[in-house]
Amino acid sequence: MASLVPSGNTSTNHPYIPSTDLERQEMLGVIGVDSLDGLLGDIPVEHRHPDLNLDVGLAEQELSTLFGSIAAENASSSSGHISFLGAGSYSHYIPSTVRSIMQRGEFVTAYTPYQPEAAQGTLQVGFEFQTVICQLTGMEVANAGMYDGPTAFAEACLMAARVTKRTKVGVLSSADSRLPDTLLAYSKYQGIEIVGITPDATEIPDDLACIGIQSPNFFGEIEDVERLTKLAHDNGALSVVHVNPTALGMFKAPGELDVDIVTAEGQPLGVPMAFGGPYVGLFACKKAHIRQMPGRIIGRTTDTKGRTGYALTLQTREQHIRRERATSNICTSTQLIGLMVTVYTATLGKQGIKDLANLCYQKAHYAASEIDKLNGFSVETMSAGGTFFHEFVVKCPGSPAKINAALLSNKIIGGLDISDRFENGMLVCVTETSSKADIDKFVKALSEIGASA
Amino acid sequence: MSITANAGDIDRRLLMDRSVSGRKAFTLPESDVPVQRMPDSSFLRDDVELPEVSQLEVIRYFSVLSQLNFSIDTNFYPLGSCTMKYNPKINDELANLPGLADIHPLQPDETVQGAIRLLKDLQDDLGEITGLPGVSLAPLAGAQGEYAGLLIARAYHEARDDSARTVAIVPDSAHGTNPASAAMAGLEVVTVRSDDQGNVDVENLRELANENTAVFMITIPSTLGLFEPNILEINKIVHDSGGLVYADGANLNALLGLVKLGDLGVDICHSNLHKTFSTPHGGGGPGSGPVMVTDELAKFLPKPVAMKTDAGYVMATPENSVGAINGFHGSFSIAARAYAYIKALGLEGLQSVSENAIISANYIQAKLRDKYDLAADRYCMHETVLSATKQKKRGIAGLDIAKRLLDFGIHAPTMYFPMIVDEALMVEPTESESKETLDHFIAVMRQIDDEIDSSPELILEAPHDLPVTRLDEATAARKPVLRWTAESG
Amino acid sequence: MYPEDLKYSKEHEWVRLDGNIAEVGVTVFAQESLGDVVFVDLPAEGTEIEQFAKFGEIESVKAVSDLFSPVGGKIVAVNSAATDSPEVVNEEPYGTGWLIKVELSDTVQLDVLMDAATYQATLE
Repeated sequence: MASLVPSGNTSTNHPYIPSTDLERQEMLGVIGVDSLDGLLGDIPVEHRHPDLNLDVGLAEQELSTLFGSIAAENASSSSGHISFLGAGSYSHYIPSTVRSIMQRGEFVTAYTPYQPEAAQGTLQVGFEFQTVICQLTGMEVANAGMYDGPTAFAEACLMAARVTKRTKVGVLSSADSRLPDTLLAYSKYQGIEIVGITPDATEIPDDLACIGIQSPNFFGEIEDVERLTKLAHDNGALSVVHVNPTALGMFKAPGELDVDIVTAEGQPLGVPMAFGGPYVGLFACKKAHIRQMPGRIIGRTTDTKGRTGYALTLQTREQHIRRERATSNICTSTQLIGLMVTVYTATLGKQGIKDLANLCYQKAHYAASEIDKLNGFSVETMSAGGTFFHEFVVKCPGSPAKINAALLSNKIIGGLDISDRFENGMLVCVTETSSKADIDKFVKALSEIGASA
Repeated sequence: MSITANAGDIDRRLLMDRSVSGRKAFTLPESDVPVQRMPDSSFLRDDVELPEVSQLEVIRYFSVLSQLNFSIDTNFYPLGSCTMKYNPKINDELANLPGLADIHPLQPDETVQGAIRLLKDLQDDLGEITGLPGVSLAPLAGAQGEYAGLLIARAYHEARDDSARTVAIVPDSAHGTNPASAAMAGLEVVTVRSDDQGNVDVENLRELANENTAVFMITIPSTLGLFEPNILEINKIVHDSGGLVYADGANLNALLGLVKLGDLGVDICHSNLHKTFSTPHGGGGPGSGPVMVTDELAKFLPKPVAMKTDAGYVMATPENSVGAINGFHGSFSIAARAYAYIKALGLEGLQSVSENAIISANYIQAKLRDKYDLAADRYCMHETVLSATKQKKRGIAGLDIAKRLLDFGIHAPTMYFPMIVDEALMVEPTESESKETLDHFIAVMRQIDDEIDSSPELILEAPHDLPVTRLDEATAARKPVLRWTAESG
Repeated sequence: MYPEDLKYSKEHEWVRLDGNIAEVGVTVFAQESLGDVVFVDLPAEGTEIEQFAKFGEIESVKAVSDLFSPVGGKIVAVNSAATDSPEVVNEEPYGTGWLIKVELSDTVQLDVLMDAATYQATLE
């Protein structure tokens, strides 16, 4: 039911809206109408100016107080909690350079670089980003970023289907279920069938478009990417590998193993966990497949005076030109998060990226060996002889949910309860943000809880 | 040998070309745990080739690059359908509070009650604004929200055993993501014509809507910045045929507090938080594209949806959810910014946003219509679509006008969209701009029109004073160079 | 203005007949409308093609168009110059910018194509 709100007479002068009553009157006069209602002629009268149950606007100070109270209801390091959660989102220290550059309005409030002359900053950063992804993964080309890791993986599998002209996609059973779940959402109406492949498979169906491998896998272990890639190639399929970018500071780059497409979640590279987003999906592939690569791509070129410049290129793959024949419907991407990744990797540099991987590895392996010593607890890779980076599975003496509840009363957020995939399993992650004291506190708490379980 | 002073020259070398072996920008702490056994060397790699620069070089490099950009903070950006409004700085500050930035998405619900409460409150506000109460904040961008909306439409028909519904009807004026998303959802795209007023041709729609129609995708206001005068009839035609109406909410900035999409008969819509709700464009994202639906369709929403129960706030999966469309909960810190924006404006503020957006766009239209053709001769909503047809006949295309505007520090409007308008220039000032800025823009557009006769080369060779002149995009596509290499730099 | 010795289709392709081999390309109008050609996607030699069926795609910076064969038969040659250096399509659309050569299944099918004058008229 419409209410009788006089329109065009809003004398709210909000800080975000400069026009005054006088200026509005002047403009309406130029337009040739008496009031705003004269411009709303096409909106059905009976539906105009509906009742809206919204609060009154807050002053900035009140807004700040509101958010303070919201933030205070969440447990994080700022409330004195320590956490051992990973599984796709990771706690890493974010250097001051990243936060500083991230606040520059020229980056934050710029638009997509469709007018390249007005966006050389964004474009050159994007070119650096593509370069970094190639350097980390060892691949030939990369795009300027996708929404997140799982959607990048889904797009990679769909690309493999396009390239091989096959409709079956294989996904290793040791992958995070988020990967095939997202792939399913993207592929369910495109005639794609998703098939589970075991990590020790020696044969695969001969009509697979790809084998999708996560390494380190969901359980933190390194998969035999080289063997699986050969298996894929021997069957005319592509090798799609989803990696952890921090691990690439020490573990072999997939580009050295003849992998066709590499994807990853870019969040660990300088992006806050932020309750799940925004993140950035990394996507790189062999040069031969470049026309099938989704997402934005930035290329180098020259201007009319021969000076170097950068521009979006190969745009004819994209939705604004191909429409229903586009490689993907992606439009807005995650450029600003890509900037954070680029500043982060430039800051860490050649030595830092190596030191960081080593720190995470050392602390995680220390934690694993201490937990493995506890009565009733065992670390799965330690018995199976697998290699892990900074995540590992702990077999608990009882329900991980109960153990986590007890840990919480000690202000410890325990690892992820994965008992749906592994009996009494807890996926523990340790990064450089956990001190030895934090780890020892965690181990001690587990030992006390385990003793009374 | 002497060095020519030229403060205007910008060093465009990439980081790897500035790299000097041994330099570093950062130190990590030493390990405080006993040394662990390394894996077999067959697992390990050689050093990653990353830059070696000092910390000041990092700061200086990216700071200088930022200055090469146009941005809302520094320039007027009348990009039609992009809603380049002021991105309030308080929103960035609040979204980055440690209690919001440092929480892990898989933390138990009881440890993130504040975060879930924020999402629930935002869902309710967006539901109230659009009149479509079922809301999921999961989609990471408008295109994902669109796709989620189409998945919901398909799930709805499948649940009723109506598997013949495989067609999406899309206007010829639609944004490219509409048919792209429809194709991804396995729907056949059928195009409905626009009439010469830029409205959906109702008779053509009547012919096309039938028992195969899954969904009709409409943008409200349209991509011409116009409100469909026949919207109620259009939605009735679609509903009578058994299909659902999906509204692309990219242009919601024209409708806040003025009309609810749900009241008009829309079943599903998405919104772009990075347009209407002031979250930053960031040079191309991140965005957020929440999907809103009627009560009846809420059970199909993508997971997760924030809910309030007797036990507190939870992230839940609706009973017939189409599933997860990405990794976690959506763009939380983008949602937090949009939430701050809505709270700062309140009901009156939001109404004022749309009212001022509409008045400003019409003001520009009124002041330029004698020089530039209008795509449709009627009042517009929050954006006006000009056509540079007359200018093209005199030798200057819409593209040239766009480049010349850059010389005046004004970002070009959206060009060549919608495709049904010849030499289209879509101008959306938003409510953030002062009348002085609008008048300046109008004066510049009028001057450029004069320049066509007096000095056309000024326009054809524009832009003149930016870091680069027009770029050779053909070579960039023919011989792509997509990364730094030691040989090419 | 349009070469008299060629035949034309309404999709802006031309045909030059040499015995029963038809050389096919796009017209000056087509390459002007597209702008700078950046990529041409052509099928493999040996592919069978029907008259007026889609045989490939041609891309410029800002647009992509389907290529429809004005003749039916077997593709016996594909122009690698067009795929390696797409700018030849702009520079010499009737010469070095040819796209495919087709061994015709019959020559009667050429009767439905237009001559230069008729094609020219359709452009006005």
